[in-house]
Amino acid sequence: MTSAKTHRTAEEIGRTETGPRPLPELGSQKAAAELSTVDTTLPNGLRVIAVRRATVPMVELRLRVPFADPAGTSAGSQHSAIAEILANTVLTGTATRSRVEIDTELALVGGELDAVVDPERLSFTGNALASGLGTVLEVLADVLTGASYPADEVERERGRLVERISLARSQPSVIAREALQKLLYGDHPYAKEMPEADEVAAVTRDDVAALHGRALLPRGSVLVVVGDVEPAEAVSQIGDALGAWQGEGEAVQLPPLPKVSGGDVALVHRAGAVQSQIRLAAQAIPRTDERYPALQLANLVYGGFFSSRLVENIREDKGYTYSARSHPEFTVHGATLLIDADTASDVTAAALLETRYELARLGLVPPSESEVDTARSYAVGTLLTSTSSQGGLASFLVNLVALGLGLDWLVAHPQRLAAVTPEQVAATALEFFAPGNFTGVLVGDAELLKPKLSALGGVSFQ
Amino acid sequence: MASPELHRFTLPNGLRVVLAPDASAPVVGVSVHYDVGFRSEPEGRTGFAHLFEHLMFQGSESLEKLAHFRHVQSSGGTFNGSTHPDYTDYYQVLPSAALERALFLEADRMRAPKLTEENLRNQIDVVKEEIRLNVLNRPYGGFPWILLPAVLFKTFANAHNGYGDFVDLESATVDDCAEFFDTYYSPANAVLTVAGDLDVETTKTLVDKHFGDVPARPRPERPSFAEPAPQGEVRHEHGDALAPLPAIAIGYRVPDPTTDIDGYLAYLVLAGVLADGDGSRLQQRLVHREGIVIDLNAGCGLFGPLEARDPDTFSITAIHAADVEASQVIAAIDEELQKLAQEPPSAEELAKVTARWASTMHKEHDRLTNRTLGLGSAELLFGRAELIYELPERIASVTVDEVSAAAKALRPDSRALLLVKPTGGAQ
Repeated sequence: MTSAKTHRTAEEIGRTETGPRPLPELGSQKAAAELSTVDTTLPNGLRVIAVRRATVPMVELRLRVPFADPAGTSAGSQHSAIAEILANTVLTGTATRSRVEIDTELALVGGELDAVVDPERLSFTGNALASGLGTVLEVLADVLTGASYPADEVERERGRLVERISLARSQPSVIAREALQKLLYGDHPYAKEMPEADEVAAVTRDDVAALHGRALLPRGSVLVVVGDVEPAEAVSQIGDALGAWQGEGEAVQLPPLPKVSGGDVALVHRAGAVQSQIRLAAQAIPRTDERYPALQLANLVYGGFFSSRLVENIREDKGYTYSARSHPEFTVHGATLLIDADTASDVTAAALLETRYELARLGLVPPSESEVDTARSYAVGTLLTSTSSQGGLASFLVNLVALGLGLDWLVAHPQRLAAVTPEQVAATALEFFAPGNFTGVLVGDAELLKPKLSALGGVSFQ
Repeated sequence: MASPELHRFTLPNGLRVVLAPDASAPVVGVSVHYDVGFRSEPEGRTGFAHLFEHLMFQGSESLEKLAHFRHVQSSGGTFNGSTHPDYTDYYQVLPSAALERALFLEADRMRAPKLTEENLRNQIDVVKEEIRLNVLNRPYGGFPWILLPAVLFKTFANAHNGYGDFVDLESATVDDCAEFFDTYYSPANAVLTVAGDLDVETTKTLVDKHFGDVPARPRPERPSFAEPAPQGEVRHEHGDALAPLPAIAIGYRVPDPTTDIDGYLAYLVLAGVLADGDGSRLQQRLVHREGIVIDLNAGCGLFGPLEARDPDTFSITAIHAADVEASQVIAAIDEELQKLAQEPPSAEELAKVTARWASTMHKEHDRLTNRTLGLGSAELLFGRAELIYELPERIASVTVDEVSAAAKALRPDSRALLLVKPTGGAQ
């Protein structure tokens, strides 16, 4: 940019006659309006929670069916492959509707309905103009009670799924996630987030239909509806529509997970990679544990938001990464702490060093009162903003309910956070963030990484 | 859709302000849109507009490095910025008690950002990591937003990589930053938007208090980026060592949304008819009936519709099976376009697209971040923040004949064809 000098210098731009100004104080905060809600269980065992939030004339639906592999191990189990085909074909036909008819009916009320499966559950996510709730429920009821799994649809989805799995496995983040889950949980069904191509190829239409009959059950499942609806009316509409959904027994919950214990970080070679994925994990505690609010704040201070020690160190000070974060991950039985950072090959070892250093420092030089207060305000404020939209509230709520909690937990959580003391944060930091608690994987080009990682130590090479 | 009240005013320094009160939740969004994007960066400085966006978070006269993030987050808020072809936006969404703080933070960096060598070097490293993450180390990196413009356009402004070349990024100097700021980050070249739980009169006073003494500077003249549509079909093959499957992107030009928005919206509806939902024409045929395509999209604008001025792009992208020739996919797309050109879509096809767009817009408005940014970009690009509330109705008034005409205009003899070929061998 070489034009005649017509602009000020950077120094001139950065100062004014007035000089630095004071940060304005916060004003007084209004509380969020109370939510009108109905929480009930239908005779078929389905728990239904309806919440009125009339900000826009829409309605959001989240149906969550526990859908774990009842086998104790994924070795030799076809569950993951059959479940994946089921999720991809459950909306492709019933006795009265074809795939295109389902899409058309939903589209005409501005609606969408999708199904995805993971090792824990089958999730249906939908929304529509509020006036179209009846239509979405009708379609949902039809697929729950009468998905027909047309043979040609199953066959095509099988082929497509194999391609989609190969696409997913070409993403470095997926490679890292699969390696981490395998390291943490071995053959436990929780580690199997995607089937293998040959397993998919072996799935028949009858396998899928049988799994539907056996596992897609109302008892143990939950449906959350949030939007411009009257909760009592919505619940009665849901009862009418989904009453015919019946089944023997209860939807299958994930079996308990082995505890995560500390160990070396396993290097996973990816030839030619120009960046590495650092993924660390340690055992944590569930939301129901009384120490959880303190752990939540300790995690924020560590790497849970931008103003955290990890981000300020390896991004804003050293420029090793664009994205670094830590976060808890919950299952029905417990929780882990996960740390993710993606860094250029030549600084990967240094970034791992700093990541471990900050873990140790969190326990030994615990978060100051001001660090705790910043984290607390962030936790309370973002809970407010993330649950201020219909979709945000619906997703948050269905996750809570799956963990045995509900709307009252959400409403009371700001008070819980307010009560946390810096001492409690320090105690959870020392206990849960000790570097020795962590294990993990590192995906990258081993040729480039090995000399420095060997020198650093605590890394195992295949 | 009912349009909520909007309040507009302009400060003496030229800053345009839009206030959109809505008391449904005690949260507020503040955004500033500057009328400069990566189309305006000079040759030899690809990626500069985005790099500069990073620097705007690095401190200002009243705020040390890191203070911006800490003040937003300790107020319970979230923030971000993003660089587009024609504008750069910054926002905070926070509990409404922090409204004045957010205004202060935006005003301070509009008035006097600290542009230092140390922060510049640090953020060049961070941006390079961002590019490794999103482009260099992953399959289909930059597909199609970086790769397609290079085929569809000829001029540097329209065709170059907005993320930037590492050599160019490393060449950036603090004086480049000073010049860029002084030229483009004038209050007269920006729109401030405040949406959510706010009192109009109090907010006007606060805006004036914090932004009123940002010194006036001239509003830079906005160059025309116009260039002729491609003559013929311009093809380019791109090797991707990480991609497991081949992909195609077809790029066409669309009407100028600033002078012919209804013409532009016909293409938006066409995109829905072609590719939105299992019942759309291309999904039905290519993904479900013939099963030759794995993933398919069509749309206006490479960052989404109505987010750029002229020239803008209509694109169709497909990842297809390795044993299928790209020409087979392209021929099928051309055939479907020709059918639409010869016989307009049904009223029901349009009704589906219209209803889904109404839902999409409602959902966007329900998320305060999206609403704030949508109002700001509509005001900046089109001078009409209310456009975002009018869209469902305008989309509903697009006729079947207009959609047919749009399909007819997507001609093979004036388009870009990008073919992504996996070159990773056994992968």
